[in-house]
Amino acid sequence: MAAALQTAALLSASPNLIDPQRYRVGLSARSLIGRRGSIFVVRSDGRTSGFFNAKSRSGNFITNAVATKADASTSSTASKPGHELLLFEALREGLEEEMDRDPHVCVMGEDVGHYGGSYKVTKGLATKYGDLRVLDTPIAENSFTGMGIGAAMTGLRPIVEGMNMGFLLLAFNQISNNCGMLHYTSGGQFKIPIVIRGPGGVGRQLGAEHSQRLESYFQSIPGLQMVACSTPYNAKGLMKAAIRSENPVVLFEHVLLYNLKERIPDEEYVLCLEEAEMVRPGEHVTILTYSRMRYHVMQAVKTLVNKGYDPEVIDIRSLKPFDLYTIGNSVKKTHRVLIVEECMRTGGIGSSLRAAIIDNFWDYLDAPIMCLSSQDVPTPYAGTLEEWTVVQPAQIVAAVEQLCQ
Amino acid sequence: MSAFSAVRIPFPAVVAARSAGEKPSSHFLCSPAAAPGIHSSPLRSPRLGHPPLAVSSDVLSSQKPLGSNSSPSYQAVISRDEALELYEDMVLGRFFEDMCAQMYYRGKMFGFVHLYNGQEAVSTGFIKLLETRDSVVSTYRDHVHALSKGVPARAVMAELFGKATGCCRGQGGSMHMFSEPHNLLGGFAFIGEGIPVATGAAFSSKYRYEVLKQAKPDGLDVTVAFFGDGTCNNGQFFECLNMAQLWKLPIVFVVENNLWAIGMSHVRATSDPEIWKKGPAFGMPGVHVDGMDVLKVREVAMEAIARARNGEGPTVVECETYRFRGHSLADPDELRNADEKSHYAARDPIVGLKKYVLEKNLASESELKATEKKIDDIIEEAVEFADSSPLPPRSQLLENVFADPKGFGIGPDGKYRCEDPKFTEGTAQV
Repeated sequence: MAAALQTAALLSASPNLIDPQRYRVGLSARSLIGRRGSIFVVRSDGRTSGFFNAKSRSGNFITNAVATKADASTSSTASKPGHELLLFEALREGLEEEMDRDPHVCVMGEDVGHYGGSYKVTKGLATKYGDLRVLDTPIAENSFTGMGIGAAMTGLRPIVEGMNMGFLLLAFNQISNNCGMLHYTSGGQFKIPIVIRGPGGVGRQLGAEHSQRLESYFQSIPGLQMVACSTPYNAKGLMKAAIRSENPVVLFEHVLLYNLKERIPDEEYVLCLEEAEMVRPGEHVTILTYSRMRYHVMQAVKTLVNKGYDPEVIDIRSLKPFDLYTIGNSVKKTHRVLIVEECMRTGGIGSSLRAAIIDNFWDYLDAPIMCLSSQDVPTPYAGTLEEWTVVQPAQIVAAVEQLCQ
Repeated sequence: MSAFSAVRIPFPAVVAARSAGEKPSSHFLCSPAAAPGIHSSPLRSPRLGHPPLAVSSDVLSSQKPLGSNSSPSYQAVISRDEALELYEDMVLGRFFEDMCAQMYYRGKMFGFVHLYNGQEAVSTGFIKLLETRDSVVSTYRDHVHALSKGVPARAVMAELFGKATGCCRGQGGSMHMFSEPHNLLGGFAFIGEGIPVATGAAFSSKYRYEVLKQAKPDGLDVTVAFFGDGTCNNGQFFECLNMAQLWKLPIVFVVENNLWAIGMSHVRATSDPEIWKKGPAFGMPGVHVDGMDVLKVREVAMEAIARARNGEGPTVVECETYRFRGHSLADPDELRNADEKSHYAARDPIVGLKKYVLEKNLASESELKATEKKIDDIIEEAVEFADSSPLPPRSQLLENVFADPKGFGIGPDGKYRCEDPKFTEGTAQV
């Protein structure tokens, strides 16, 4: 049930972009979580062999994914403008465009090179750009993150991939002391134009350590920007913006969103790092969310609309700083706010967002701000327990009903 | 006397076994000092049953005890100008730090202030061989590295005074000295965190050459990372030795082994206290050198830097040195015993160089005095400059948080918050 719900949410979230008839998310996997996770695959035939072991089956994965995409797009989409791709391919496309544009852009991390990245975001780039520009590092997060910072200080624009965001806890000192503070402590002399990115969030039964949401840990580091992507379109645009930014940027990706499919423009575009995204305009209540919870929200919205509510949904995208303009305009319109996030309740993004809204828009509020967050527990392995840890669409429906009473 | 020193001092001459075809004079190919009669293998012959061995140094193979007061007997060739340059730089470091202590006790500077007294031969021996394009990465004990790299004393002093004219505008402080024009990359206050950054700078150097195809007629830009014996038990040290050798990065890892990590004696913290041995363990040369003798340091540094510059990869250099003061000015220095302190005090690197210069007639006593006078004046001027410099204005508070101030985000009015005049004034709430 949990899995079905999540699948539905995932697939129904962008109704224009994803055809639920063609794409089913594999669910029944029991196999093979390797030391550092595995790959989650969307298949067009509806077979439910969801997880491949990344190490041994990477070849299969690629073949299937590509074939799937080709089959799907021929009949209905060939004549439409733009091109259709999966979120991980959108990230890769953004990365590749920036590497083509600027030879100072380079990638480093575990298995980003020959292996193509644990989620294939850097697939093929080592072949194209060489081993030095797409650098496979030893498993030494603290040191290769620090190395990226040193490279950024001396003129390069590195993208450091955390194979899983949780591993970056090992690099916390470098991210905080050096990424965040060094521009300031050097009196503005050294810039750190680095992007730190990787998969995070609660996946499917990946266990506590691989299911972390580090945005709450990183948010109080001064000098650091944080964005979370949620669609292929914004993934590519934010990747490119993050690479071009002179500031250190952490780009959060979500393990369950890599295989979202969307048609994106053929022409080049770059998004604004600091802007939120209006997902669904509405009148009754403002729902602020980001990353994968966007899809839980959109599933709840279907029910809410059927019940006569007209919620406004905003994907805040920029987790630090908040886009107070977009958020504020919405609050001024609806006077009610629900925050839906995947990170922990205590000290999470939602807590900060709630504080920012109270500080800036108190007079416009007609009801207390509600915030739905993950439970303050280590993410359990068991599917049922995991489901109860993160916010589910039914809770979102109930919260909106309560807010709008 | 620490056990570490005790291990090393009594050795009789160790005869290095060298393979044919290797440069016989190289420090990098000498035998380990494990025991007389053990033969080393050349570095690049990994097929032997034991790991590649490299070491050190004429310090170990010298028949003279390290504590000997006799002047160095090796034939390091330096010119008169070089001798005076080294002397001046070491005196600058010493006088500057002594002045820091005075200013600290007079309440002109605050926080943790770690002085470099006694270790000058290491900074001078290495950094004076570098060019501006080369990078230096230091620790919390960084004032003198900054000075050796060419950062003006007044800019360092003003930084310590927390003034706007400091080399980091008063935003860094004692443990965070940076200078972009001098390629001083910091000033890293936590143990070990500078080593990955230095490795990154070395990676950039290789990248500029191999990817960006920037011509390097004079060789690669070199990065020298300084850190202490305490850091050598930290993972970042080992991780970066591995990566640097893996990719043959142009970097020199300089261990300033002053035998103490605050109050933790090196031999109480380290299973094998000979740090230079960790170089060969990672496939790179490890060298041990007397860090109280600037000419010996310089000789080793020259070769290590040349290796890096020529693309031959990294080197670990362990400099045995000693700090003449406590860990910081807040340390009462009650733990280290008097015998140990006086042993090293007798090997003061500045006194040693002075003696050498006079014996070799490289300069006269009065010339050295004139150098000291010149440095005295520079330090006096630095203090006056720092003291009379303005404090950082409020408007500085929010500058430099982000290189692109759009990082402060978009305000309720739809404009970037940094466009608000309160950001320029430094009074905005962020």
